[in-house]
Amino acid sequence: MIVDIPATTAAAVARALVELREQYGAVALGRVLTLVALADGADVEQTIQAATHASHEHPLRVVVVQREEQTAEHERGHGAHPHLDAQIRVGGDAGAGEVVVLRAAPVLTEDVSSLVMPLLLPDTPIVAWWAGHAPAVPAEESIGAMARRRITDAVACRNPLVAIRDRAETHRPGDVDLTWARLTLWRAVLAGAMDAVVVRGAVPPIEDIEVHGSVQSPGVDLLAAWLTWALRTPARVRRVPGLDVAAVRIGFPDGAALRIERPADAEIARLSVPGQPTRPVALAPRSTPDCLAEELRRLEPDEVYAEVLMRGLPRVIPA
Amino acid sequence: MRGRADPVRNAGASVAGPSAAGPSAAGPSAANPLRDRRDKRLPRIAGPCGLVIFGVTGDLARKKLMPAVYDLANRGLLPPSFALVGFARREWQREDFGAEVHDAVRSYARTPFRESTWAQLAEGFRFIPGELTDPAAFTRLSEVVTELDAQQGTGGNHAFYLSIPPGLFTTVAHGLERSGLATASSPDSWRRVVVEKPFGRDLASARELNAAIERVFAPEAVFRIDHYLGKETVQNLLALRFANQLFEPLWSSHYVDHVQITMAEDIGIGSRAGYYDGIGAARDVIQNHLLQLLALVAMEEPVSFDARSLRIEKEKALEAVRIGGEVGEASARGQYTEGWQGGQRVVGFPAEDGIPATSRTETFAALRLEVDTRRWAGVPFYLRTGKRLGRRVTEVAVVFRRAPHLPFDATDTAELGETALVVRVQPDAGVTIRFGSKVPGTAMEVRDVTMDFSYGHAFTQDSPEAYERLILDVLLGEPPLFPQQREVELSWQVLDPVLAHWEERGRPEPYRPGSWGPGSAHAMLARDGRTWRRP
Repeated sequence: MIVDIPATTAAAVARALVELREQYGAVALGRVLTLVALADGADVEQTIQAATHASHEHPLRVVVVQREEQTAEHERGHGAHPHLDAQIRVGGDAGAGEVVVLRAAPVLTEDVSSLVMPLLLPDTPIVAWWAGHAPAVPAEESIGAMARRRITDAVACRNPLVAIRDRAETHRPGDVDLTWARLTLWRAVLAGAMDAVVVRGAVPPIEDIEVHGSVQSPGVDLLAAWLTWALRTPARVRRVPGLDVAAVRIGFPDGAALRIERPADAEIARLSVPGQPTRPVALAPRSTPDCLAEELRRLEPDEVYAEVLMRGLPRVIPA
Repeated sequence: MRGRADPVRNAGASVAGPSAAGPSAAGPSAANPLRDRRDKRLPRIAGPCGLVIFGVTGDLARKKLMPAVYDLANRGLLPPSFALVGFARREWQREDFGAEVHDAVRSYARTPFRESTWAQLAEGFRFIPGELTDPAAFTRLSEVVTELDAQQGTGGNHAFYLSIPPGLFTTVAHGLERSGLATASSPDSWRRVVVEKPFGRDLASARELNAAIERVFAPEAVFRIDHYLGKETVQNLLALRFANQLFEPLWSSHYVDHVQITMAEDIGIGSRAGYYDGIGAARDVIQNHLLQLLALVAMEEPVSFDARSLRIEKEKALEAVRIGGEVGEASARGQYTEGWQGGQRVVGFPAEDGIPATSRTETFAALRLEVDTRRWAGVPFYLRTGKRLGRRVTEVAVVFRRAPHLPFDATDTAELGETALVVRVQPDAGVTIRFGSKVPGTAMEVRDVTMDFSYGHAFTQDSPEAYERLILDVLLGEPPLFPQQREVELSWQVLDPVLAHWEERGRPEPYRPGSWGPGSAHAMLARDGRTWRRP
């Protein structure tokens, strides 16, 4: 069910939510967190869809904040008052949670926390998600300071490669970029392959590491940063056509190498491990909703991500 | 429930020294620099290995095992080198087997079908046609396993899943031993065997069965599946008790009046006549599922959640379990009759296909047990299970004592029941707390209300199947969720006197389908001044 509430206040929206619950009983009771999604520079419907998908795994209240320039009509209808329109979605239209969309005049979004305060669930964690453009220092935004986790998405920023390096500059515990979750499957396959290489507790010396991938993909850099950090050997980035990470090669002194190659747009990669037959391995690109759901699974700061970002990334050998 | 490093798996692994700059290496995969203990995103992927299923055409394999294998692969938890070998008495080629698995996965898998997952998984499929008694078939199996190590990279690690009647365990164990399959090919690789209930039909036969298997496999290589222990809610019982300060202080005879553990099914025995006749409800359910649940409710806090510490506490609890009173008075059994159930005409147990009309097998069993420990002295544990009962439900109810003094008039609290904490294992997994609350109005009137936590509401709607968890644990070699032989034997010690008593007593008492069991079960609680909860 979708209910539109034009020209309103956050407190009135909160009351409307309670009324809806009493009238229709349609709302899940065990919501575990409030996700505040800031849709600046992102597609609002896609943002809602991703949050709705995540709500199937973590029932949550989603508050989407969209900045809307005042039109002349608004000016006429409401005089000089800044304008707030709201929409509530519950039941089938909101997955296992409830969605509140706030379309707010720019002046109202300057302090997002004061705008959404009445809509935050009591006693449950807040996660802030900048689905589009990210602020310079997420943790210093008003909603960022309240949130337990701050999720940004370098891919949605104007210059993804610069954005991921900015994240390293301004990192605070609790920050994470969705680029990291997009790499989880790659990392899992690499870790699994490395299990086979590690013989009786000894890691063979590593000669060189290469990560191949698109010039637009911050994931290439972050994956190289992870390998650099974990294997204590600087990884080299090579840019190739395509959309995402295309290949990883870990070379050993005897000329043998651990290789994963994923052709562009393929869902299956080839995995070669020294001393084992080359095998196909499922490695489909991950969607933003899947990554968001993974991000919400744990609400403590991701220390590994922080170290990879701050210690690994600076040591990556650029293309 | 994740434990410490598994001593078996880690034997011989020296820990690579962590440095200030790199990942902090500790835990089971200390040697692999790509696995950081703090990196909780990386799934626990099984190492290179193969799974051989005996009885692959059976119901369990089709409906549970093969879909679970696919779901694991789909969740990225199986290694690329994984192999699945089917063994059955069918003239199938590898493609036929693939088609069979495909159908099973399409019909029963939990996660959506993905061509890429399937393509990767299907590379590792093999099929061995043959009789379990035929040494040549085992020789072929041995060849295929060796071939898989070379082609698929399974690394000599293989688990044998005996999805077959227990009567054939000895035969298969013998076949595996003779063909050399039961012994690992190198010190770094492993062989494991997985067996399903029933673990025998009494203490003596359980010991015999175990001896046959342990003659071939080391005790730590034997994984006994009790799929209840793979359920999230059952594991949550431990989290509920030991991760909260709220419940554990009340968890004793000071505050608990009694405990009821129910596993009810609304269906009859269906097509399981061959298995069920002569086994009955007590052997089928109480010996394993219900006594394991009892052990988890009654046990003391383990020092850690690794397999050994959990086993020690469960064993202590089971060792303290006694029949609560005269066997005749502390037990009840029944057999469903024909009748109407929920608008449907159903046949009685003696008229079911494949059941002799004179069958004395019970389809309902209830026990009154006591746990002889300081914590539980005087608190009865009532266990019941049955077919064709009111509805399908499994739950553990801890019923608390009434408040020693009520500062209200008797009429105010006429509708006040006992405070209860109910762990709903299935369906609608979750926890309910029932307590008294004031009815709005000018009069003081207290009535029962419930506070509800539902897994479906607070977590994913997508909890993994118990079999996914258990198969993965077998492949990882993590045994906390598998009962050990000692627990099996202790359970039989509890049950044997009851079974012997029933053996002398002729036919079980009839009960109507759709009811909550025979009169004797209700009388058993009435003697204590209590009643069964209606779940």
